[in-house]
Amino acid sequence: MATTLAKPLPKPMSVGIWTVVIGLGTFALWAIAMNRGESINAMWFIVAAVCVYALGYRFYSAFLAAKVFALDATRATPAERFSDGRDFVPTNRWIVFGHHFAAIAGPGPLIGPTLAAQFGYLPGTLWILIGAVLGGCVQDFVALFCSIRRDGRSLGQMARDELGALGGAVALIGVMAIMIILIAVLGLVVVNAMRHSPWATSTVAATIPIAVLIGLFMRHLRPGRVLEGTAIGVVLLLLAVFAGGWVDKHETLRAWFDYDAPALALMVILYGFAAAVLPVWLLLAPRDYLSTFMKIGTIIALAIAIIILNPAVKMPAITQFVDGTGPIFGGNVFPFVFITIACGAISGFHSLIASGTTPKLLANERDARFIGYGAMAMESFVAIMAMVAACVLDPGVYFAINSPAGVVGAQAADAVATISSWGYPVTVEQMEGLAREMGEGSLFARTGGAPSLAVGMASIFSSAFGDTLLAVWYHFAIMFEALFILTTVDAGTRVARFMLQDLIGNVAPSMGRTSWYPSVLVCSGLVVAGWGYFLYMGTIDPLGGINSLWPLFGIANQMLAAIALCVATTVLVKSGKTRFAWVTALPLVWLVAVTSTAAWEKLFSPDLRIGFLSHANDLAAQLAAGSLTGVAAQQAPRLIFNDRLDAALTMFFLITVWVLVVETARICYAALTGRRVPPSAETPHVPSRLVEGWVRD
Amino acid sequence: MIEALRRLWATLRELTGDDAYERYIEHWRSHHAGHGSAPLDRAAFCREEQRRKWEGVRRCC
Repeated sequence: MATTLAKPLPKPMSVGIWTVVIGLGTFALWAIAMNRGESINAMWFIVAAVCVYALGYRFYSAFLAAKVFALDATRATPAERFSDGRDFVPTNRWIVFGHHFAAIAGPGPLIGPTLAAQFGYLPGTLWILIGAVLGGCVQDFVALFCSIRRDGRSLGQMARDELGALGGAVALIGVMAIMIILIAVLGLVVVNAMRHSPWATSTVAATIPIAVLIGLFMRHLRPGRVLEGTAIGVVLLLLAVFAGGWVDKHETLRAWFDYDAPALALMVILYGFAAAVLPVWLLLAPRDYLSTFMKIGTIIALAIAIIILNPAVKMPAITQFVDGTGPIFGGNVFPFVFITIACGAISGFHSLIASGTTPKLLANERDARFIGYGAMAMESFVAIMAMVAACVLDPGVYFAINSPAGVVGAQAADAVATISSWGYPVTVEQMEGLAREMGEGSLFARTGGAPSLAVGMASIFSSAFGDTLLAVWYHFAIMFEALFILTTVDAGTRVARFMLQDLIGNVAPSMGRTSWYPSVLVCSGLVVAGWGYFLYMGTIDPLGGINSLWPLFGIANQMLAAIALCVATTVLVKSGKTRFAWVTALPLVWLVAVTSTAAWEKLFSPDLRIGFLSHANDLAAQLAAGSLTGVAAQQAPRLIFNDRLDAALTMFFLITVWVLVVETARICYAALTGRRVPPSAETPHVPSRLVEGWVRD
Repeated sequence: MIEALRRLWATLRELTGDDAYERYIEHWRSHHAGHGSAPLDRAAFCREEQRRKWEGVRRCC
C-alpha cells in the first residue's frame, strides 16, 4: 500500500530535523532577501524553496487535512463507490500524483516568473513561495477535497450547487474567457520565439508531422502502446532539433521557414483550427504524450543541472522597475507581480483539474493532501527554477531579449544604449555573439519568456555538457516549450469548443451535439477566431502584445482562483467550519484586492503603457492630429479598437469577480444567521470497504 | 534488483497508461464476466479510451 512510510521518527529526532529545516530555510531566505552583491548562488533559491515547501506540507497541510477538512480514511471515495474501471478507478496515490502533476504543469510557471524577473528576483521569488504555500496549494487541495465529497463534481457544477445558478454561469463564462486569452498569449510567446528564425520555425513545424506519425502508429500499428510510440516520437523530435540546424544553414530551405510575426500568427491560427477539427487521435493525443514526456524530462534535467552546477544569479534582488516603468510590461510591483506570476503561486485553472479527473481516481480521501497540496508545491518549484534560469543571464542580456522594440528602439545600437543607460550594461557585440552561439540571427525583442528561458537553460546545460552544443540546447528548449504550448493551444481550443457547444446547445439543441460535424466546424471556428484575433493584434502592437495580454491572462486566471475560493469558503461556512474559513477567505481577499487593483489600473491608469483607455485616447488624439504616418496610421484604428476591447474584457472580469464575492458574502451571511440557503451538496458518509478492519496511518 | 526493475517498469507503464488495456481486461474479468458479453478488443478499447479521455479539461496552463 501507499502507506509504507517508515515508522514515525522518535519525537526528539523529528523535532530536531524540523528545527534544522526551519533554521536552514530562514537562513536561505535571509541570504536571498539581503543580498545586494554582484551575484548570488542559485543554491540558496533551491534550499529556501525546498525548506518552505517542506514546512508548508508538513505543518500547514497537516492542519488543513486534520482540522479544517477532517479528511476521513474510512469514508469511501467516489472512485470506490462508483468504481467503473473507466472514469472512477481507485488508483495508487503516486500514480494519481503523476497524472495530476502532468495535467497542472503547463507553460505558465515557466513564462510568468521569466517576465516578472524585470522587477528583480526577490518580489517574484517571495510571491511564488508564499503564494504557493498559503494560496495555490490550499486552493488545489480544497478544490480536490470539495469535489471528492461531491461525487467528483466539476468546479462549475459545485459553483451552481453551492452558490446558485449565477455562480455557475459566472464560472462557465470565466473559464471560456480565460481560455481565449490564455491561448492567444501562449501563441504569442511561440510566435516571438519563431520570428525570423528558420531553425526554430522548422523544428516546431516538424513536431506536427511527428505527432501525426505517432498518432497513426498508436492507432493502427500498435494500438495503445504508449511507451513505444512516445519513445519513437522523442527520438524523432531530437532529430528534428538537429535537422533544424541543417535547414538553417541551407540557403533555399531557410527561406521557406523565415517569416515575420504576423505571418507566423496566421499560421498558428490555421494550425489551431486544423488541430481542433481533426480527430483527437491523429494530432492532439500523440502530441500530448510527447509533450508530457518532454516536459517532465526537461524539468528533471533542469533541476539536476541547477542543483549540480548551481549557477550564479546575476539579476539584482530588486530593480528600479518596481516603480512601474518596466520595459517588458508596465505597472508597479504591486499589484503586477501578483498578476504576472499566476501559475506557480496560485492558478485558478488548477481547480478545474482538481475537480475534473483527479477526484475520480483517489482511492483514499487522505491522499488528497499529498496530491492536492503536494503537486502544487512541485509546480511552484518549477516556477522557482524558471526564475533562476531567467536570472542567471546578465541583466543587460535579459532586458535586451525581452524588451519590445517599441520601448527600447528597433535598432540594436538604440536598444543597447537604452538598456545600458538603465544600469544594465550590454553591447551590440555581446548580443551578436550570443545570437551567433545560439544559432539565431538576432535575439533582440523576443518578448515572452521562451527565448530568454531557452538562453538561460542552454547556458546552464552547456556548462554541464560543453559549449559546442549551445545552439542545439537553445533550439531544444524552444522546441520543448513550443511543443507543450501548442498542446495547450489544441487542448484549450477543444475545451472552449465543448463549452461553446454546450452554451449554444441551450438555444439550438442540434449545435449542442459535440460530434455533429457542422457544429464542430462552426464552434471551433468561433473559438479560434476569438483567440486568433488577440494573437494577431499582439503581433502588430508596437508595445509588444505581451504588455497587454499577459496581465489580462493573469487577471483572468486569478479570477478563476477567486471563484474556486468563493466556492470553498461557502462550503466551509455551510459545513460549520466558520472558525477555519480564513484558510480560504484570506487568499480570496488577497486575490480580490490584487485583481481589482490591477484591473482598475489597466482600465484607468493615465500611464499609456498601463491604462488601456488612456492608450486608446492617446492614439486617437495622435491620429486626429495627423502625427501618425505610414503603417502606424494604418494600424492605429485597429489598435484603438483592440485597446477598448481589452478594456471591456477587463471590466467584465472585474464585475464578475465582485458579483461572485458579494454573492458568496450574502450566502455565508445567510447561512450564519440561519436563513435559507442552497443546502451543502456534500454526499453522505459511506464507509470504505478498502480500509475495513484497519485504519490508515 | 530484477524485481525492483520490474516494479519500476510496471509503475512507468501504469503512469503512462501503457497497460490500460490489461487493466481493463482485469476489471472486466472480475466485474462483467459471465454476463454473456465479450470484452472490447485492444484497438476498439483504445479508440474508446481516447475519445473519453479528451472530453473535458485535461490540460492546464
